[in-house]
Amino acid sequence: MTTLPKILGGGTDVTGRWPRVAVSSKVWEFAGQQLEKGAWTLVAHWAEPAMVHAALRERGSGATGILSLDVPDRRYPSLGRHCLSARRPERAIRDLVGLEPEGAPDPRPWLDHGKWGLRHPLGERGAAGDMESYRFLPVEGEGLHQIPVGPVHAGIIEPGHFRFTASGETVVRLEERLGYAHKGIEALLIDAPLERAAKIAGRASGDSTVAYAVAFAQAVEAACDTAVPPRAAYLRAVMLELERIANHVGDIGAICNDAAFSLMHTHCAIMRERILRAADIAFGHRLMMDRVVPGGVANDIAPDGKNQIVKLLALITRQFPALIAIYEDTASLQDRTVRTGLLRHDLVMQFGAGGFVGRASGRTFDARKNLPCPPYDTLKFEIPMLERGDVDARVRIRIREVEQSISLLGQLFAQLPDGDIRTPVAPRAAEGSALVEGFRGDVFVWVRMNENGSVARCHLRDPSWFQWPLLEAAIDGNIVADFPLCNKSFNCSYAGHDL
Amino acid sequence: MTATLALQVIQPILVLLLAPLLTGVVRKTKARLQRRRGPSIVQPYRDIIRLLRKESVLAHNASWLFSATPYFVLAATWVAATLVPTFRFDTGLGPAADLIVIVGLLASARFALALAGLDVGTSFGGIGASREMMIATVAEPAMLMLIFSLALVAGTTRLSDIAIFVQSPILGLRISLMLAFVGFVIIAVAENGRIPVDNPSTHLELTMVHEAMVLEYSGRHLALIELAHSTKLLLYVSLISVVFFPWGVAPVGSDMARHGVAILLYIAKLFVGANLLALFELTIAKMRVFRVPQFIGVALMLGLLAALLRLVSRSL
Repeated sequence: MTTLPKILGGGTDVTGRWPRVAVSSKVWEFAGQQLEKGAWTLVAHWAEPAMVHAALRERGSGATGILSLDVPDRRYPSLGRHCLSARRPERAIRDLVGLEPEGAPDPRPWLDHGKWGLRHPLGERGAAGDMESYRFLPVEGEGLHQIPVGPVHAGIIEPGHFRFTASGETVVRLEERLGYAHKGIEALLIDAPLERAAKIAGRASGDSTVAYAVAFAQAVEAACDTAVPPRAAYLRAVMLELERIANHVGDIGAICNDAAFSLMHTHCAIMRERILRAADIAFGHRLMMDRVVPGGVANDIAPDGKNQIVKLLALITRQFPALIAIYEDTASLQDRTVRTGLLRHDLVMQFGAGGFVGRASGRTFDARKNLPCPPYDTLKFEIPMLERGDVDARVRIRIREVEQSISLLGQLFAQLPDGDIRTPVAPRAAEGSALVEGFRGDVFVWVRMNENGSVARCHLRDPSWFQWPLLEAAIDGNIVADFPLCNKSFNCSYAGHDL
Repeated sequence: MTATLALQVIQPILVLLLAPLLTGVVRKTKARLQRRRGPSIVQPYRDIIRLLRKESVLAHNASWLFSATPYFVLAATWVAATLVPTFRFDTGLGPAADLIVIVGLLASARFALALAGLDVGTSFGGIGASREMMIATVAEPAMLMLIFSLALVAGTTRLSDIAIFVQSPILGLRISLMLAFVGFVIIAVAENGRIPVDNPSTHLELTMVHEAMVLEYSGRHLALIELAHSTKLLLYVSLISVVFFPWGVAPVGSDMARHGVAILLYIAKLFVGANLLALFELTIAKMRVFRVPQFIGVALMLGLLAALLRLVSRSL
C-alpha cells in the first residue's frame, strides 16, 4: 500500500517537515481517495497560476507533506468530490487563481463577490465580467422561512452573511457566505520585500498576529535554512502563550455575554486588559504585532517585562479559579451552554478542525505537540480533550488551555536562555512551510522566496477554513436565538479566512 | 380645589418625567456592579432628546400603521401608568383605575407594536413579533390570575381600594399576598423584557425580542417607543410598590406637605426597585426562548395557588 512518506520520498525536493513533490494526476486522484477514506487529512489547499498544491497529513503515522499537480490547461481533478473540507478552498482557488476543479460539486464563487474590478487576482488577471447573483442552496418544506443576517450586524463585529432557514424557531439549515473582509493579502505578498511581507502576514487576522508572524517566520527560515537563536525561540513561545491566554480569557467572557451574563464578561475583559498591558510593557505592543520577524524577534523582552508577566500570572492564578467557579455555579448559564451546538466527532475528523473546536469534539491534534518546534519539544504540558462537542465543552477546553499556558509561561521563564535574539536571513530561492498553533488552531504558511530575499509567493491558511463549515453543522436543530452563543464558542476569524 | 387640580395634573406628568430616570438608574447600577463607570443616570433623557431631533426613516413599504403605532403605544402606556396610584390614592381617574383596564391598555399597546413589527416585512420584525406574542399568551393569563387572587383578598379589582385594604391594620400576614407578590415580580420582569426573558442591552439581533420588533424604528418614532418602554417599567415598579408596599402614599384629603413627603417616598421606592432589578439581572443568564413560558408559568401557578389558599381559608 502506498503511503504518504513513500510518495514524498519519491520526489527530489525533500526538505524539512513539509517536503513538496510534484505528482501525476493518478497520485492526485489517489490522494483524493485517501482523503475520502479519512486516512489523510487536508491541511491546506491552494494554487499558483499553473499548479495546485495540497498540504496533507497522514492520520496514522503523522507524516506531513505537500503534493503538487501541474495544471497547464488550468483544469485539475477536484478534491472536493472526495473531501468536504476541500470544497471551499477549491472555490477560493477558482476565484483567486482561475483554475477549474473538474467535477467540483459546487460551481458557485466563494471569495469573489464581483466587487474587485478584476478577476483571478492571483492568476491570469482578467476584466471583471458580469457575475450572476449568488444562489443560496434551496430548502424545501412546509412553513419554512428564511432569515438573512448580515453582512452588517447590529454590533461592531466583522462582516459575514448568514442565511438561516428556520421552521419556527428551529434552524433547518444555516448557510454562510464569507469573503466580505477580503484584503488581497496574498496578492500584496507577491514580490514584497521580506520585512514588509512579515508585516503583511502579521495582519492577516489581528487577534492571532503572533501566530501568523511566527508561522511566516518559520516558513521563511525553513526556506532559507536559518537557525533561530534559542532565546528568540523562547521569546516567540512566550508571546504565543500570552496571545493564547488573552484571547481565551476574552472569549470565555464574550461567550457568557452572549447568554446575557455580563458579570463574567466584564471580569474577563478586565483580566484580558491586564494581559495586554503586561504584553505592552514586556514587548512594546499590546497585541505584540511585528515583534516576531524572520530570523528571530525584533526586540528583546523589556528589563521589567519578565517581572510584569510573572506578577500577572500570579494574579491570574489567583483570580481565574474564582471566575470559573462563577461560570460553573451559575445554573442559568450552564443551562444555556450545556448540550447547545453539538458538533459530531466524525465531522471534526473529516475536516481536520484544529483548536478548541476540534479538541472539544475529541480531536487532539495540536501543532505544539504533534509537530513541535523548539522550545515546545522540551516543555511539559497537556493537550486537554473533551468529547461532548457542545458550547460548554468549547468553554472548558479554553479554561484548561489557559491553565496549561500559565504553566508553560512559568517553564519558559525558568529556562529562558541568554544570547542573541536575531540572526540574519541569508536570501536564496527556495520554499518552506510551517504549521504553528495559534489560539484558534493551527496556522499554516507556505512561502516561496526569490533569490533577492523578497517573497515570490505565499499562502496563509487560517484555522477557520476548517471550522466555519462545522458551525453550519453545529447549529443544525438548535434554535435561532442560540446561534450567537454557538458562533461565539467557535469564534472563527473572518479576516483570516477572507484574506 | 386648585390644589387638588394641580395634583391631578402633576401625577401624570411626574410619571412621564420620572420614567427615563428609572431606566437610567437601572443602567447605572448595573454598570457599577460590573465595575464599569456607566453613563450618567440622565443619559436616557439625552437619548430621547437626541432622537426627537433626528429624522425618522421609514421603510418604503411601511403603511400608516407603522408610523401611527409609536403614538398609540406611548398614549396607551402613559394612560395605564397614570391609572396606578403613585404618591396619592386619589388619582382623579380613580373609578377607572381598575387593574383589568391597565392590563387591557398594555395588551393593546403590545398588539399594535407586534403589528408594526410585521408591517415592514423584515425577518427580524417577524421574529420579534412572534416571540413577543408567545410571551404574551402566557404572561397575560398569569397576570389576570394574579389580579383575581388579589381581588379575592381585597374584594375589589380597583387599585386604590386594594392598596388601602393592604395598608389597613386589619390585614395580618397573608400568604396569598406573598405568593401574588412573587408572581407580580416575575410578570414585571417578563413584560419589560428584562433578563432572563429578554436582554434590553444586547446587540445580537437574533436573540432580541422587544428590540427586534422595533428594529426598524428611528428618530422621533424611536424616541416615543423608548419613552413608552421606560414608562412601562415605571408602571410595573409603581404597581408592585402601591399594591404590596403602599405605606407612605398620601391618603385622600391630605395637605400639600403630606403630598410632598409622599412624592419623596415614592421616588425612594422607585430607586430601591431599580437597584433590586439591576442586581437581579446581573446574577442570572438569559434563558432559552422556549424556557420563558415555564418561567412565566411559575407566576400563573403562584396566582392560582394564592387564589386557592384564599378560598380554603379567609385568613391565609
